[in-house]
Order: sequence, then structure tokens, then C-alpha cells
Amino acid sequence: MAEAAESPGDPGTTSPRPLFAGLSDISISQDIPIEGEITIPVRSRSRESDSSTLNESVRNTIMRDLKAVGKKFMHVLYPRKSNTLLRDWDLWGPLILCVTLALMLQRGSVDGEKDGGPQFAEVFVIVWFGAVTITLNSKLLGGNISFFQSLCVLGYCILPLTVAMLVCRLVLLADPGPVNFMVRLFVVIVMFVWSIVASTAFLADSQPPNRKALAVYPVFLFYFVISWMILTFTPQ
Amino acid sequence: MAAADGLAFHEFEEATNLLAETPDAATTSKSDQLTPKGHVVVAVGSGGSYGVEEEVEEEGDKTALLQEEKPQPGFWTFSYYQSFFDVDTSQVLDRIKGSLLPWPGHNFVRHHLRNRPDLYGPFWICATLAFVLAVTGNLTLVLAQRRDPSVHYSPQFHKVTVAGITIYCYAWLVPLALWGFLRWRKGIRERMGPYTFLETVCIYGYSLFVFIPTVVLWLIPVPWLQWLFGALALTLSAAGLVFTLWPVVREDTRLVAAVLLSTVVVLHALLAMGCKLYFFQPLPPEHIAPPSQATSLPPNILLTPTMTRSMATS
Repeated sequence: MAEAAESPGDPGTTSPRPLFAGLSDISISQDIPIEGEITIPVRSRSRESDSSTLNESVRNTIMRDLKAVGKKFMHVLYPRKSNTLLRDWDLWGPLILCVTLALMLQRGSVDGEKDGGPQFAEVFVIVWFGAVTITLNSKLLGGNISFFQSLCVLGYCILPLTVAMLVCRLVLLADPGPVNFMVRLFVVIVMFVWSIVASTAFLADSQPPNRKALAVYPVFLFYFVISWMILTFTPQ
Repeated sequence: MAAADGLAFHEFEEATNLLAETPDAATTSKSDQLTPKGHVVVAVGSGGSYGVEEEVEEEGDKTALLQEEKPQPGFWTFSYYQSFFDVDTSQVLDRIKGSLLPWPGHNFVRHHLRNRPDLYGPFWICATLAFVLAVTGNLTLVLAQRRDPSVHYSPQFHKVTVAGITIYCYAWLVPLALWGFLRWRKGIRERMGPYTFLETVCIYGYSLFVFIPTVVLWLIPVPWLQWLFGALALTLSAAGLVFTLWPVVREDTRLVAAVLLSTVVVLHALLAMGCKLYFFQPLPPEHIAPPSQATSLPPNILLTPTMTRSMATS
């Protein structure tokens, strides 16, 4: 069969003797009528693997997404100049981080008055609208990063501050005092610097060179506000 | 470009070369100042050094014309808004410096904006000022609690909302009113056109920058020093506004000019005082009861006189 395929049966051949004259009388398999082009076997195999993600178990799908999110967390914690965060952006990580942060931050020090820490909705709005504003700002300044890539990077770089929130929560279980405050201040400052360094490593390259500072300053303001919310959190 | 050969030969050579590149162009002499895009200008003047200068001039003419000829993108396109963010870091810093040091003859719009207003400065200066107000207001409460443990500390997050709304309303609605008023008066006099809306927003936005370091300095818990810093910032800021508005207002009648400028200064002073009194509530040094927090401030700045009165009486 392969030999028959190799001879293309070109209509333009001027050989007087038909090469495979008797071949048409041979039927390869009585059951399957072969007609149409003979495809390369590799292509049919890949078509099978495409449809196989539809048939895989739910556990596989979830684990694949979780692994992608985890890999991006590692990229944020050890920021190198890699393109993984930008190329395969997703918004699961930012959502998980934002919800965790908002749940932990909500209504610190409830006294029945209007004073108090931010509500869940306030944290959520600040994080998402802040990220959207910074993205719009960098795009308006002429950056060549796409909208969702930028949201993805800004959301993932909240991870150090979420870790800082967890540490602060644990430290606040101890007795309050100036030492308590200094430890929390130190942790929050370190994580704030880490967030800025991580997001700048990903975002700064996409800006025109004479506007980098203009694009990075709102990122600084954004993480500063989140750090202040974390630092001023006092449990009731 | 120009060689030592006979100029006539050189001219035609150049012209033919250039014409070969742009076949549908026509040659004109240099005396023709308006050079539309499709035309090729050949240096007819003598001397080689003319070439470079003329190129620069032509570039300037061409780019000026290009800016006029380019069709303005509609307001629903992204590039329309991109034209308002067409600034570099150095330009923004230069504009901030210009607002910090007002000078009587030095018009902010003409010297620093150079008729290219931007929205980056006003927007992010207002955002920074709002957050700095809320953060330092909270920090004064922390410092007060250290001095006097009976003072009750709370994060006071609602102040962020109040600060944001106040600053943004002031920095965008007051320029709108000012611009509308100046345009209305434009019909009375013909000489100098008023500023565009964006330029007015820029003036106000950059003039608010001086309050950012002032607010940080208000952390120092010495009352007369706080009022001194406030007065200094208000003077600088209002002077910047007045010097920029003066050329536009000076041709109007004396009464209108005086009323307008004094309204501008008074509104600015109200903003500064309102922020000082609301976010930095003065705590007397003796042992006091926990300060009663004001109910949330209505976002309209015109109500601050009533608020300051209630502060004084509470």
C-alpha cells in the first residue's frame, strides 16, 4: 500500500507501460472501501490526543490548572526573567490570593462604629480596580503588554503580601507590644519590597524606556496601600 | 549635501534623485514656506550648511503640519485617550517642579505644559494625595495613642473613601466650573483665548502636588508648625494658580477678575483647611476622652464650612 502511495500516479507521466496496471483489481480489504487521500498516520494520532482532554477525569483537569498556578507562584517567589507568567496568563491565582487577603483583612477591630478595617468588598474593589487602573495606565503610556497579562502579573505579585498577612496574623496571637509591632513592620516592609521587585521584573520591560518610572510608580502606590491595610490590621 | 561643483548641476541631480524616489511629488523652492506632505523641497540656497538647518526646519514644519493634518481619532477609540498620556518621565518631573516654584511672569501653561496637557499628572497626584491623607491621618492617631493610652486606635478605613471622593471632586469639578465660566466670558473679550478644559485640569492637578509633602509634615504634632506648613503650602499653590490665571483674566473687567481670583484662592484654602481639620483632628495634650469621630463627610467641598463649625463646637 505504501508503494502504491509513493507512486503518485501523476497524470503527466508519459511512460507507455502502466506501472501498476493490475493493482486496481486487487482489493486490499474486502470490508473497508479505501477512498480519498491516504493521510500520514501521525496526524490521526494527534487528533486522538486532542479529544482526549475532553475525556480525562475531572481530577486531571483540576490538577493541571493547580499545577500551573503553583508554578506561577514559584516564579513570583523567585523572580527571574522568564516569560511563563506573561505567556500563559491565568486569573485563578489572583482570584485565590485576593479572596484570601480580603477574608483575612475584613473588619479588623469591629467596634460597632464606622471605624474599622476594610470590609471584604472594599479590599476586593481596591485590589481589582487598582490592578485595572494600573493596567490601563501602562497601556495608555504606550506599553506593549496585553490587558490580561498585566492583570495576571499584578495579581500574582500580591503573593508575598498575602504571606505577610498570614505571618502578621500569627504574630498577633502573641502579646501586643512594641516588639510585636516592630516584627510586623519588618515583615510587611520586606514583603512589600519583594512584591515590587517581582512585578517590576515582569512589567518594566514592556514600557518604552523613557516612561518606565511613570509606569512603575502606580504599582508602588498600589502595593503600598495594600501593605498599609495589612500593617494596620488589629483583631478585635 | 552641497558640493563644490556648479550648483545648477547639483540641484538637478538632487531633484531627479528625489523625484525618482517619490514620483508624484513636485519640486518647490525654499521660499515656499508651506510644504505639504507630498512635496519635495530642494535646498536652493547657497552654502552647504544650509542643508542641515533647513532639514530641521522642514522637520518642524512637517511635524507641525502633520499634527494638524492628522485626523483627530474619535473619543470612542483608545488612541484618543492615549494622546493625553503622551508624556515622558522628565516632562512630568519638570511640570511638578514648575508647580512648586511659581513665578509672577512664568505662565505654567505656556512654559511647562507647552500646550500639550496630560492627564497622567492630575490623576496620579490626586490618587497619591488621597491615600497619603488617609494614611497620615491614621498615623497621627497612632502617635496620639502613644502619648495618651486612653485614645482608642482604629484603622479608620472609611477615611480613604472620603479622601478620595473629596480630592477627585475638587480637582475635576472646580476646573470644569472655572473653564465654563472663562468660556462664557470669552464672548466679552476677544484678545486671549481661555485655556482648554484639559489645561485647566492640569493646572489644578499639578498645583495640588505641594500638599503631598505638607501632609506628611503634618505628622509633627506641634500645632503652630502645622499651621505654618499649611499656610506655606497654600501660598505656593494658590500663587501658582493666580499667576497662571492672571493673563487670561486680566483683560476682563476689574470686578470680575478680582472676584474670580479670590474665589479660586478661597476654595483652595477651604480644601486645605478642611483636610487639616478632618484628617488631623487636633488633640489637646491633656488626658481626654476618646475623640468622637465625625460622621462621614459629604463629598461636596462647599459643605466644609459647616463641618469646621461642628468641629469647633464638638
